[in-house]
Amino acid sequence: MSNTIIKVENLGKSYLIGHERQQGYVALRDVIAKNTSVFFKGIQNAFSGKQLMGGQEIEEFWALKDINFEIKQGEAVGIIGRNGAGKSTLLKLLSRITEPTKGRIELNGRVASLLEVGTGFHPELSGRENIFLNGAILGMSRAEIKSKFDEIVDFSGVEKFLDTPVKHYSSGMYVRLAFAVAAHLEPEILVVDEVLAVGDAEFQKKCLGKMTDISQKQGRTVLFVSHNMGAISALCSKAILLNKGSIESFDTTGNVIAKYFSNTSHSSSRFDLTNTKEKYGNAVAELISGNISDNHNTIKEQFYINEEISICMKYRIKKNIDAPVVPNYHFYNANGECIFVVNAPDIKPLKEGIYEASCSIPANFLNAGVHFILLAATTYFQNNFEVNFTYKDALSFEVVDKLHDNPLRYNYAGPIPGAIRPLLHFEIKNIT
Amino acid sequence: MQLIIEPGRTEKNYWKDLWRYRELFYILAWRDVKVRYKQTVIGALWSIIRPLLTMLVFTIIFSRIAKLPTDGTIPYAILVYAAMLPWQFFSTALTESSNSLVTNSNLISKVYFPRLIIPASAVIASFVDFLISFIILFALMIYYHYTPPLQILLLPVFLIFVFLTSFSLGLYLTAVNVKYRDFRYIIPFIVQFGLYVSPVGFSSNVIPSKWRLLYDLNPMVGVIDGFRWCICGDKFTQQTLMSMSISLAITIVTLIFGTYYFRKTEKTFADII
Repeated sequence: MSNTIIKVENLGKSYLIGHERQQGYVALRDVIAKNTSVFFKGIQNAFSGKQLMGGQEIEEFWALKDINFEIKQGEAVGIIGRNGAGKSTLLKLLSRITEPTKGRIELNGRVASLLEVGTGFHPELSGRENIFLNGAILGMSRAEIKSKFDEIVDFSGVEKFLDTPVKHYSSGMYVRLAFAVAAHLEPEILVVDEVLAVGDAEFQKKCLGKMTDISQKQGRTVLFVSHNMGAISALCSKAILLNKGSIESFDTTGNVIAKYFSNTSHSSSRFDLTNTKEKYGNAVAELISGNISDNHNTIKEQFYINEEISICMKYRIKKNIDAPVVPNYHFYNANGECIFVVNAPDIKPLKEGIYEASCSIPANFLNAGVHFILLAATTYFQNNFEVNFTYKDALSFEVVDKLHDNPLRYNYAGPIPGAIRPLLHFEIKNIT
Repeated sequence: MQLIIEPGRTEKNYWKDLWRYRELFYILAWRDVKVRYKQTVIGALWSIIRPLLTMLVFTIIFSRIAKLPTDGTIPYAILVYAAMLPWQFFSTALTESSNSLVTNSNLISKVYFPRLIIPASAVIASFVDFLISFIILFALMIYYHYTPPLQILLLPVFLIFVFLTSFSLGLYLTAVNVKYRDFRYIIPFIVQFGLYVSPVGFSSNVIPSKWRLLYDLNPMVGVIDGFRWCICGDKFTQQTLMSMSISLAITIVTLIFGTYYFRKTEKTFADII
């Protein structure tokens, strides 16, 4: 069982992106001349089948670069990374949806890819018809679908509505039916993108169970992309960490997840946009910098659960307006769920200038884990509001649990669920 | 089974793949047929009504009002309908297939399969409509007590002919349409304009000989003349043979060029759709 099933060598994929050139002064004559030449070039391209670009300046962007790895049969490998790290591109290359620009992939088995739940489902067709349609799209033969039909229906739990057009299904039923078809694929290699993000918790558990089954009991190879670290660590023995199109780490899942978290918090306990091209803001206000520190003003990314965490944001108000510009922070956990939003209270309209907003999260409030912060400012007018800027995942930090000296734990060392874990006051009276 | 993915690798097993995915081809064609008249009251009757109504309009305007001369003893309705059938098929097949890739963009960006399947199944779905609308032809024959000539047995040859003509053009147009959506606006125009330069409301004999060559460049001329020959028993002249050869040549060239162009651009569909 140790033969290589996927071998990737020097793989790269680049896209050409067109930019519109900005010009200060534009004459009508230039516009006509430019557009005519673009027009004729477009027509020429249309007949010769060349690539057409939107703008005049064309930039080559490498979505993936120098990717090398080998996967053995029966392994379940997770692929993690921040948005835009190239995860989806890698899956698209592996499932032959798009062609690589460089390098080569060797696949020693049939690949089925599940980049979306219910690809090709037709709303007008009934559940029964869609099972056949979707099965064929995913690469199953008619005979194969027929023999598994009852199993699929059973797994999905929509027997009653088999002959109803799926457009009348609830979104939950739709997803269940779609996953049921996909779960009964029997390829040597199964490629799965973030598909567990849909459906209710119970169904997610069922899916995860089915996928564990596929990889561990049936000895098939699974490649799984997800932002849900829990799912990755439950299913995969190894993981690949992608960062800006290259592999940063390929190791056991535990090590890779640790690296992912340390990396993301490492780069993001502070930022300064003063000398960068990146700008967040509009005519009224603009973000300058931000950082996370403890109550001794030490900037850091790891906090014990009983430490206070202070989040500070510097911004510039560029125009005197008669409405308050209100800083607000949005907190996300590692699963990408928003835990809470804090809004600065009672802000008066401020004059032009540079301001610093800071807000403290009390000790013993957040649960252990990695947290991401979105920094934003909003102007509230009499009847409406305007968002001045938002910067997602601007900062991140990790809350580390103290297993000892923690009044909540009583020496219990296991994980405690929940988005937050506040230390609240209890009163216990003897009333016997 | 081993599969190697490399840039620019002309997959030698493309045609083999096409064969392997034949089930998907059936099922997509079946879907297109099935979905076409969903949520309509009269369903598949539409495939009969559309050519029937057009035929009636043509008959009334050209035969009754304009009093266009018809050669022979064949009822004008049959004359028009024999031409309306392939024309209607050509126009729906062209419209459906040229939009097929764009309307199936969700499939293209999420699953691999030989993309050729998509326009092909769109043409097949129109073909089913086409076969259904033959019912009216038989009804007309019975109504006018008309006995078709013996060459009607050759009709299947022309069915294949019109299929290839529509498919080859549709193949090229759908590939271009992925990148340049302009073609979405051009196609209705081609279809509308084409009706007037094809011998649907008139007979090819009325075309002056100095314009004949230009007229024959429309591949549907040969096809429609072929249908007329089979159904109405038009005389098979040197001219008919000429028109058909030109049509066939154009169809073959378009098919080869269309397939080549489609295969060449196919790999980038997922990136630009």
